[in-house]
Amino acid sequence: MRKFLLLSALVAAAAVPAGFARADSASAISGKMEALPSGEAIYRHVCQSCHMAEGQGAVGAGAQIPALAHNPRLQVASYPATVILNGYGAMPWFSGLLNDQQIADVVDYVRTHFGNHYTDKLNPSEVALMRPHLTAEEQ
Amino acid sequence: MASPSNTRSQTRRQLLSRIGTLAGSVALYQAMTSMGHAMGTDFSGPPKLSGAKKGTSVLVLGAGLAGMLSAYELRKAGYDVKIIEFQTRSGGRNISLRGGDTVTELGGATQKVGFAPGNYINPGPWRIPYHHQGLLYYCREFGVELEPFIELNHNSWLHSTGSFGGKAVRYRELAADFTGFTAELLAKAVDQHKLDDLVTPDEVAHLKNAMQGWGALTPDLTYAKGNISSLRRGFEKSQGGGLNGAPIPSDLMQRGEIWKSGMWNWMAFHERLDMQTTMFQPVGGMDNIGKAFTRQVKDLLQLNCKVTAIHQDEHGVSVTYNDMQHGGVVRQAKADYCVCTIPLSILSQLDVQVSDGMKAAIGAVPYASSVKLGLEFKRRFWEEDDQIYGGISFTDQPISQISYPSHGIFSKGPAVLLGGYMFGPAAYDFAGMTPQERLEQGIRQGLAFHPQYRKEFLNGVSFAWSRVPWTLGCCSMWSEEARKTHYKTLCSIDQRLVLAGEHASYVGCWQEGAILSALDAVTRLHKRALGAA
Repeated sequence: MRKFLLLSALVAAAAVPAGFARADSASAISGKMEALPSGEAIYRHVCQSCHMAEGQGAVGAGAQIPALAHNPRLQVASYPATVILNGYGAMPWFSGLLNDQQIADVVDYVRTHFGNHYTDKLNPSEVALMRPHLTAEEQ
Repeated sequence: MASPSNTRSQTRRQLLSRIGTLAGSVALYQAMTSMGHAMGTDFSGPPKLSGAKKGTSVLVLGAGLAGMLSAYELRKAGYDVKIIEFQTRSGGRNISLRGGDTVTELGGATQKVGFAPGNYINPGPWRIPYHHQGLLYYCREFGVELEPFIELNHNSWLHSTGSFGGKAVRYRELAADFTGFTAELLAKAVDQHKLDDLVTPDEVAHLKNAMQGWGALTPDLTYAKGNISSLRRGFEKSQGGGLNGAPIPSDLMQRGEIWKSGMWNWMAFHERLDMQTTMFQPVGGMDNIGKAFTRQVKDLLQLNCKVTAIHQDEHGVSVTYNDMQHGGVVRQAKADYCVCTIPLSILSQLDVQVSDGMKAAIGAVPYASSVKLGLEFKRRFWEEDDQIYGGISFTDQPISQISYPSHGIFSKGPAVLLGGYMFGPAAYDFAGMTPQERLEQGIRQGLAFHPQYRKEFLNGVSFAWSRVPWTLGCCSMWSEEARKTHYKTLCSIDQRLVLAGEHASYVGCWQEGAILSALDAVTRLHKRALGAA
């Protein structure tokens, strides 16, 4: 049942056309998302696309994708949570895609992996208080 | 017999031809525009700049379409122009991949494209709406040969894992049944006086008539199995010749399942202004546009320069870069003005000397993730077995769609199709996979309605935009909030610097946005340089 609820939440998030409707795309009809029942699943199916499989990030044209591995900025859990909710520079905001529990899950995951050892957990209710109001434009 | 609409258009045509005869073609164009014809994007013609102060220089950063067009127009106006570009090629996101090309992405994965000669995939822009008149103007001006891009194909597949037993249906079947059942419900509701509070008595007969014609209804306002509906959705046994030529009508879909399936989304998709026919593509690959732009500014171009800093004061602009062709040696380029087309995803991380407001604007626009798969097959089985000639099949699986080549139709030998085009969640998912995993997923999902996939597959390439070193994403993704707070600042001239690119437009993610943004930026910069603003 929990899985079902989670799935419908994701489908609902993905189905909001504003969420990811881009001009030259068919994503008004966004494809289905894999189920994301854990911090690790979220990392593998979302974050890894840019931050890489081992959290090592990457260096591009005078710019970089920050490494999450051995990253002292992860010391306070609300920092990565804020970045995930609001986006940062080129990184999109995920407040529409991930629910409070999922954001807590993935924050806990990156803070305890890739050479990070911050064991205090982020409470989803704290995430709820941090939620920004962001609306992707209709395209 | 002239229908009312014919009468009106006749009258309008007569009026327009009178205006044309009396006042010439400019007045005709204006009249047509004001009467709702000939409308494109916000493009009213090339800027026709002239009279630059002798010796005034402009440095353009980035050799995508925005950068190259800026350089082209500014040189014509009389400026000394130079373009510096990070890549070893010009064209920016206007790109095509062919056999022998190599794709290396962040993370280190390298793919060698194995397509047969003549085959290609456009990993970035791939279709041009007819109303993107700015881009089309310069294509014509620079001699880019265009051909129709087939967007809508009534014989393509629509596939939803949870609908119609997971069996793909043809676009025309869904479109006919969706329209037919909708028309039937509306016609009957009106006929049975159930909408009397919404529909005036004058409308009733016309509305019933319209629904019957539009929806392929029988005279008793029913959408039913029979020749009338099958002439839309296709027959069970097609119309033939001779003794046994009589067709057999096909069964209709279950009405309730049509609404529930959500597949009508894929009908609505083609109705968006951006996707309406006629669409175009350059013959031979989208990068023929980039190549044509390059021919115009080739002598101004310096490739392989990694910009690290943009500084400016009242006297000019100074750009620091690593000259990668010479071991990354640090160099500076100076100019009176600068047009910067570097994607905001990169620019937001560079040392850029601008106002606080501009700095905030540059950092306020994230870049969307997108992945495309180009798959080469031994033969055009979609044409030979399924009679699908161009167009797009949709699926609710992560690959989202399969698009068949609009060119080379009926040719023999290997052909390349777009085996997946993901945005949003599915794009994150695919970008995180290895290139091999992406292709395997693409094949596995495509098998849902192309059983030939595995047997006919030759090779493929994937392109994950979030892992492209020079964009870190495919295009700008404005939030309503950021647009309100930052857009005007982003487009303003900051001392001696102006930004251009799709990100500085309301036509985001389209090449037309880059064109219109560049034209607006150079026009305003020219005015500023002449001391007018």
